[in-house]
Amino acid sequence: MDVYLPIAAVTQDVFVLLALGLCVGFLSGMFGVGGGFLLTPLLIFIGVPQPVAVASSANQLVGASLSGVLTHWRRGNVDFKMGAVLSTGGFVGSAAGVALFTLLRRLGQIDLVISLSYVLLLGTLGTLMMIESVGAIVRARQPNARRRRLHQHTWFHGLPFKVRFRRSKLYISALLPLGLGFGIGVLSAILGIGGGFLIVPAMIYVLGMPTSVVPGTSLFQTVFIAASVTVLQALTNQTVDGVLALIMLVGGVIGVQYGARYGAKLRGEYLRVLLALLILAVGAKLLVDLTVPPDSLFSVVVRE
Amino acid sequence: MTRRVLPALFAALLLAALPTAARAQQLVADLTSHLVAITTGFTGASVVLFGAVDGGGDIVVVVRGPEHETVVRRKSRVAGIWLNTRSVAFANVPSYYAVLANKPVEDIVPANLRQLHEIGFDNLKLNPAEKAKPGDVVSFRAALIEEQQRSGLYNKQPGQVNFLGDRLFRASLDFPATVQTGTYLVQVFLVRKGDIVAAQTTPLIISQTGLEADINDFAQNRSLLYGLVAVAMAAMAGWSATFLFRNA
Repeated sequence: MDVYLPIAAVTQDVFVLLALGLCVGFLSGMFGVGGGFLLTPLLIFIGVPQPVAVASSANQLVGASLSGVLTHWRRGNVDFKMGAVLSTGGFVGSAAGVALFTLLRRLGQIDLVISLSYVLLLGTLGTLMMIESVGAIVRARQPNARRRRLHQHTWFHGLPFKVRFRRSKLYISALLPLGLGFGIGVLSAILGIGGGFLIVPAMIYVLGMPTSVVPGTSLFQTVFIAASVTVLQALTNQTVDGVLALIMLVGGVIGVQYGARYGAKLRGEYLRVLLALLILAVGAKLLVDLTVPPDSLFSVVVRE
Repeated sequence: MTRRVLPALFAALLLAALPTAARAQQLVADLTSHLVAITTGFTGASVVLFGAVDGGGDIVVVVRGPEHETVVRRKSRVAGIWLNTRSVAFANVPSYYAVLANKPVEDIVPANLRQLHEIGFDNLKLNPAEKAKPGDVVSFRAALIEEQQRSGLYNKQPGQVNFLGDRLFRASLDFPATVQTGTYLVQVFLVRKGDIVAAQTTPLIISQTGLEADINDFAQNRSLLYGLVAVAMAAMAGWSATFLFRNA
């Protein structure tokens, strides 16, 4: 059944879109990642224009991460104060990101920047995950391996504006989560990602938050940053395809539930090797697309 | 008295007007439809132009879509990656352009008239919107036409106008799926011995209809509200999902 996506201005099979949402949702449920970094490139592969893919992914993320944060909230695993500070940084970051996005679009370089950023991001992420999970598999076979120290003091513990985050049992400078939120906001605006895979390690290793509150708090800030990106993209670039976002969301929320259940039955390290391979494959495809000589050297764009 | 004079005067005027009316009616043309609606699953459309000529002659048809400022970008290879490097913006580029005739246009219409009425790609006025290198303008202009032809928005060869007997003619105007919305102008010229003796312009409206069009309108014209609604709908969907799966 074909559906015409009003903003993307392309016709797509609704079942392809649902399946895509389902698969990405399944993976994100299985691995506990947001999935935006897979959703956007996949949308680009099926022919959705880059700017629309990015902005609509952000829109989809609002629903997907809200669904997740509610579950964590019921279990009391959200640090709202930390989430609020991260989101504040995220608002500023998303405004800066959307402004940059608009400028790049005007210069005709937005498609390139999106693709290149994804190649860098997925390449780095995939490689790191691969190293980490292979390392974990190796370590699992050597039970006497040395453990990582839990808490280390570094330069950023000397930063001013210290704030107490009770839920996270932390007393750190507010500049840290603000800056972190800002960075995620910029990335979210340009790439349509929630940034969970960046912020989760940052929360654990940089901020030193207890792991129990990390996923809930990360999802909490994603809701607000993704909402802010969606509104700003709709306002300045008119690239948010609400129909596309809703279809992906339907597939996504169902996929997450089954992914989470299935993931619980499998060995984590082997699963992460698979995800790392998938991420590397998507990145490689984007890179190859950039280097293949185009059908035509020229492109025509109507300026609004 | 006026009562009796007026009808008489009217009749006289009508009589006097008749020959000119007949002369003006050397060319009559119309479209089978004046509105093309783009709905879900729109894959392009054809509209039939039909008409009649009195006293023989050749027919040339020019169809022009709504005009926009249009940027043509050229990719080059930089460090192994293809990226947009140069661009030229053209002002008032018709989003659709097609010429149709019953014979090769060059044989019917002399060069000066073709230039005047912008018949044929050589005569299509495409001026740069901003300062650009003259060399670039020539090559980018050619690229613009070629790209538009590739996407079916400009016709490659002049289309065919078919005469049915001496008087009646018909032609098919084809629009691809990517056609822009707006008001299109269909100009029909009756040419006799290298002279345009009659012309008629008929508008054709191409517009989006249905839910998709409403959503697009909403997104374009009330962007802030659209963004907020999009966020609210996604949030609602996410929230109801947790409900659905609460006990699962």
